Amino acid sequence: MPPVGVDRTRERSATGRKPTTGRVRRSDRARDEVRLGWMLAGPAFVVMLAVTLYPILQAVFDSLFNFRLTDPDAREFVGAGNYAVVLTDAVFWDSLWVTLLITVVTVAIELVLGFALAMVMHRAITTLRGWLRTAILVPYGIITVVSAFAWFYAFDINSGGFVNNWFDWVPGVDENLNWFAAQGTSLFVIIASEVWKTTPFISLLLLSGLAQVPGDLEEAAKVDGATSWQVLKRVILPNMKAAIMVAVLFRALDAFRIFDNVFIMTNGANGTEVLSLLAYRTSIGRLEIGLGSAISVLLFLCVILISFVAVKGFKVDLASARGGE
Amino acid sequence: MRRRILATVTALAVGAALAACSGESGTPTLTWYINPDAGGQAAIAQSCTEAADGAYVIETSLLPRDAASQREQLARRLAAQDGSIDIMSLDPPFIPELAEPGFLAPVPAELEALGTEGVVQGAVDSAMWDGELVTIPFWANTQLLWYRESVAEAAGLDMTEPVTWDEIIEAARSQDKLLGVQGTKGESLTVWINALVASAGGEIIANPEAPADEVELGLDTDAGRAAADIIGRIGDEGLGGPGLPTADENASMNLFASDDGSFMVNWPFVWAALGEASPDVVEDMGWAIYPQVEEGADAAPPVGGINLGVGAFSDDVDLAYQAVECIVAPENQAEYFVTNGNPPSSVEAYEDPRVAEDFPMWETIRDSLDLAVPRPQTPRYNEVTLGLQETWHPPSAVSPDSSPEEATSLITAVLRGERLL
Repeated sequence: MPPVGVDRTRERSATGRKPTTGRVRRSDRARDEVRLGWMLAGPAFVVMLAVTLYPILQAVFDSLFNFRLTDPDAREFVGAGNYAVVLTDAVFWDSLWVTLLITVVTVAIELVLGFALAMVMHRAITTLRGWLRTAILVPYGIITVVSAFAWFYAFDINSGGFVNNWFDWVPGVDENLNWFAAQGTSLFVIIASEVWKTTPFISLLLLSGLAQVPGDLEEAAKVDGATSWQVLKRVILPNMKAAIMVAVLFRALDAFRIFDNVFIMTNGANGTEVLSLLAYRTSIGRLEIGLGSAISVLLFLCVILISFVAVKGFKVDLASARGGE
Repeated sequence: MRRRILATVTALAVGAALAACSGESGTPTLTWYINPDAGGQAAIAQSCTEAADGAYVIETSLLPRDAASQREQLARRLAAQDGSIDIMSLDPPFIPELAEPGFLAPVPAELEALGTEGVVQGAVDSAMWDGELVTIPFWANTQLLWYRESVAEAAGLDMTEPVTWDEIIEAARSQDKLLGVQGTKGESLTVWINALVASAGGEIIANPEAPADEVELGLDTDAGRAAADIIGRIGDEGLGGPGLPTADENASMNLFASDDGSFMVNWPFVWAALGEASPDVVEDMGWAIYPQVEEGADAAPPVGGINLGVGAFSDDVDLAYQAVECIVAPENQAEYFVTNGNPPSSVEAYEDPRVAEDFPMWETIRDSLDLAVPRPQTPRYNEVTLGLQETWHPPSAVSPDSSPEEATSLITAVLRGERLL
């Protein structure tokens, strides 16, 4: 409720004391500001409701029906029946585990790599800084579908992928290795392409966190004889907590909704199906609107759960970050 | 002043809109949703527009590249009663799904002969649903057995006589060569499975017109097990090469063109494609009817192609069918074959001298289309094909002891709405 927060702050500063209990009295100016705030934010708020809340509610509603797009006459209310089918099916749980595996592995690798890159960018000499940032950001600038195709053709044995020839000195890799014929190797390529594509994003977020660490704290620690590791652990990381949380949360949500890479490379073959692909195949491929909506709603609930766990887990007060009360 | 400007702008806008309307109210425009090709359908649209002499104009609109995506787009738009869809190029297996809910305008009685008489049998079968003609065959595709003459000769196979899968497996094995088959988890795998089951005298669905929860599958039979045995052997012994689990038609063609090539089952597009890319391979290339599963029993080759349907919500159904009549004329089909490589469904079109000149295997294609058996014609085809792909992939894991049973159990449960895919 940002408008109320602004209002209270103003009232305190105007009167010099904390408002008494009961209804908060607003000055004319504060009321005008609240009104202006609503006029400015109102249209955006309505548009947000239209484009996010409405589809979500529609999906929840649709998920209660047995409804196939090419058989509209057979539509019937089944209550939680679709959820029962989804939650008791191994296909759903397998997709969920694969999605979680991809999420956890990519976020963990990207956090370490992204932090290293952020440090390099942060410490790089001024003349190199611009070039370095541009070079690191290039993969993130490429459209995911394009990068997915690039990785697919690099590894695909049927269209002359070059990886097998370049890396045949690595144990287990030879010219006959079909990366997309087994679960382990398919997931390896999917995860590698995901890491390559989105590490720049996480490093950019961490770089902004690094920039906010007060230099005098680092200096003071060094004067007191702290090693570089101690400075990192006791000074830099604690001061970057909010930035790390934002980086992890954003990337985790992004990774959990992974679609393009899997769609292009395996289309869910060999146990690589992820939740969003399952929702797509059910809703769009099979035209089973009810069943597909149930999967989408469950996917949405998982996303909310991840956000909740991340915010609680990091114990970061997001309100303080925006200068509120 | 401001009011005057506003009034002028409004008048101009209304005038422009009226002008646009009056333009449209002249010659009716029919939109033909086409699958991607080498420009042949657009050329036919142009020539039929000219032949109509002002009765209608045909405009083409491009659908996505693969058949499954084409089906998705058309099904979604027809479900929303999109009136802009006049004519559609439809992949045959997905036709019943659009016909069942009434998304296709009925074929006029006077045009029924157009879709059934003088048309190869495989294409006629694929144009029907529930005993009625619901689309008009436009072109018909079929798979042939392509072979390297040198390999067949070295293996001692007489290719003037029908050959069996056992024989080509043994020939590839004895010559240390690879077979070109489609083992990727996609529609081409279903095409292969269906051809093998049908060639063994079976059928994937015993009662395709039954309601979804009463459908009975014919996979867990001797025919289904014979099909699984062939796929499993090729996969298990590595006869399809390391790329088999992800091999589509293009990958099979590339394998055939490599030094390891021997035999390949594939659509006729490979003739033109290899003619450009590997002329030396074409010199050593022969063709025959699809391999038999059991010696002496006719093979049932795959059938594909495109049929034309008319949208039920079109404003110009009659004109659309007039346009369809023009599009499928035998001379247009012959022209389409020689320019785009897609075989005609009309028997008469094969008599065009240009066809024999460009496609020396034209008789084999025509004979193959008469033997061909379509994939199951059911409104729930999508579930059937995805269920097969789920349980019969990768080819090395396919076993006659378990795969037919697993596919039957999964597809039956999915059709009853009890399981996910």
